[in-house]
Amino acid sequence: MNRWATFAGAMALCAVCSPAFAAVNIFACLPEWAALATELGGDKVSVYQASNALQDPHRIEARPSLVARMRSADLAICTGAELEIGWLPVLLQTAGNQKVQPGQPGFIAAAEFVDRLEVPTRLDRAEGDIHPAGNPHVQLDPHNIAKVGLVLTQRLEQIDAGNAAYYESRSKDFQGRWGQAISRWEKDAAPLKGLRIVPYHKDSVYLIKWLGLVEVMNIEPKPGIPPSAGHLSELVGRLKGGAADVVARSAYQDPKAATSLAEKTNIPVVELPYTVGGTPGAKDLFGLFDDSISRLKAVKR
Amino acid sequence: MFRKVTLAVAVGAAFVAPVPAIGADDAEVRNIRDEIKDLKEGYETRIRQLEQRLEQTEQRPASAPAQSAPASANAFNPAISLILGGQFSNLQRDPATYQIGGFIPGEGEIGPGSRSFNLGESELTVSANIDPYLSGYFVMSVNSENEVEVEESFVQNTGTIPGVTVKFGRMLSGFGYLNEIHAHAWDFVDAPLVHQAFFGGQLKEDGIQARWLAPTPMFVELGVETGRGSAFPGSERNKNGANSGMIFAHLGDDVGISNSYRVGASYRATRAQDRTYDDVNSIGTPVINAFTGDSKIWGVDFVWKWAPNGNTVDRNFKFQAEYLRRKEDGTLAFDTTGANLSDAYRSSQSGWYVQGAYQFMPRWRVGLRYEELNSGNPDIGLVNSGALTAADFPRLAQNDPKRTTAMIDFSPSEFSRFRLQFARDEARFNEADNQVFLQYIMSLGTHGAHKF
Repeated sequence: MNRWATFAGAMALCAVCSPAFAAVNIFACLPEWAALATELGGDKVSVYQASNALQDPHRIEARPSLVARMRSADLAICTGAELEIGWLPVLLQTAGNQKVQPGQPGFIAAAEFVDRLEVPTRLDRAEGDIHPAGNPHVQLDPHNIAKVGLVLTQRLEQIDAGNAAYYESRSKDFQGRWGQAISRWEKDAAPLKGLRIVPYHKDSVYLIKWLGLVEVMNIEPKPGIPPSAGHLSELVGRLKGGAADVVARSAYQDPKAATSLAEKTNIPVVELPYTVGGTPGAKDLFGLFDDSISRLKAVKR
Repeated sequence: MFRKVTLAVAVGAAFVAPVPAIGADDAEVRNIRDEIKDLKEGYETRIRQLEQRLEQTEQRPASAPAQSAPASANAFNPAISLILGGQFSNLQRDPATYQIGGFIPGEGEIGPGSRSFNLGESELTVSANIDPYLSGYFVMSVNSENEVEVEESFVQNTGTIPGVTVKFGRMLSGFGYLNEIHAHAWDFVDAPLVHQAFFGGQLKEDGIQARWLAPTPMFVELGVETGRGSAFPGSERNKNGANSGMIFAHLGDDVGISNSYRVGASYRATRAQDRTYDDVNSIGTPVINAFTGDSKIWGVDFVWKWAPNGNTVDRNFKFQAEYLRRKEDGTLAFDTTGANLSDAYRSSQSGWYVQGAYQFMPRWRVGLRYEELNSGNPDIGLVNSGALTAADFPRLAQNDPKRTTAMIDFSPSEFSRFRLQFARDEARFNEADNQVFLQYIMSLGTHGAHKF
């Protein structure tokens, strides 16, 4: 009986304490959106990051802890465009939270607010795990981060009107610093233009387009299909003789395929952070792009 | 093109408008000229911008589907997915003689199915939001005998009352862990013996279910379910009101970034009225017996999942176990179409399984399951009073069924899976059955999301 009382007490305490002090509870599906929410929300928000940079964003488990966090969220920010289709619908359907249902001010599908690349003209699973709304890995173009930032600020002002001026000034400050950073990155990355790159998965297309790189091919034969030994040896044949400058893999991907391909073709391999936390240098959104560019420049011959 | 023409006309009109100003002094003319120049430049810039935007839209016609008008009423089509499944079975013993010895059999999916090639269940799922408050979910299955069954058909509301999710219609009961999961997402070809013995496979309920999720960082869920209770171990009772009731609770959380778990407990009570089953009497003549009374089940379930850094793509492990105990208390009628003797009946039976599935490299998993049932010694009034002997109830003789199952599966993509499974099934009395299955599960259409 005593133990039950302690348990009930602890539960009641949990319900009162934890994130309830902050004005707005934000559930961020992915690290980049958690970082953006922290930049824009400051100490008026409490951000829960549902996944980390070492996890494949397509394949997160709909864990009980995520359902519990979605339950108390005032705002959920995810990529959308079906990136989280294997897990987010379960969270939304079981959390019992009207505030974060799609269509509410408390739900942001970031990909809706940017120009998406690679919208398929032919929808067929024979093409692998393609997304009808286009390539969902939108965070790797900093212009997209800026656009999503504006949306997030507007939603924060709507949900937490009392602190609207605070969000507005944080947004102005962030957008200013971000705009300067973009100019700096674009100048810094100018020598990378035309760099021929072989990423593991089609998750860098926004970075590639922004910096003017050239995607030669992917290590995956089709999106979401891991390369077989046969496919890898075929790639070696196609890449021998200098058809590409660099092989790339994101932090969450198994290094084996990229490393062996790089060794056999003598093409350097680069590990890209992909999102905030993917590499020690990618501590925040600024670090994400600083590190991505410096890593690419380091391997450029 | 039309927009360009309209703009040109507008710009032209802007130049024509200031004409009456002729005759004014030079300074004024200069001012006006400057203004016109500004105006012209402004329009030219805007036209250039518009032309650029037009070019961009022309280059990528498919990128803005949201702006195109809905093609037809079909634009509101619900999400549709189809599961195709089937297997090749090699069974040492005649599946017609299959029984879980010591347990009153229920109707439903008991046993390994038939030999050779079998079309499994083809499962069609249709779901969509109904309006801002409700969503609907429908699963129909067609089995190899061309029989159509409504597996699930429910309406759901989530969050009108914070934390509360309500379902009504027909649904997979929330009892335990595995029962709520569709067969195509199971780690083995068949349901554990304990589910087959106590529920006749998967327990479905026509009724209503409500769950409440606590507003805590830890996952704490409480649920109630009530309904018609006509599925085994209950029976159709032609009675008003609710005929079954259930409560359940789940707790879950992460342990570090690599581990997460969920534990649960469930209790369900229902009643059976003339729930018949086939048996033979002591001289081997077929008889039909019937149970009437209360059937109460409680169970605990546990799931643990591991993946390095929480990344499930390369390697992951899932451990799962459930323990169920069922108590039945009422009367048992012997040979209802003949002698029709009836007296008290009481049983307390239990069963459990543990299983693990390990993905050791992308696409490949191996799994192992071990399970045991304990039939106990039912208290049969007709035997106690001496009216009949235990030999008149051969199916209810004491038995401890066991089964060991191993599987390996290969998933070429997220949407397809092939599985090879071996089982040594000792559910019959004193007889082992070696079973081999080669199974395929394919998923077409909407990308399904999977529960924990």
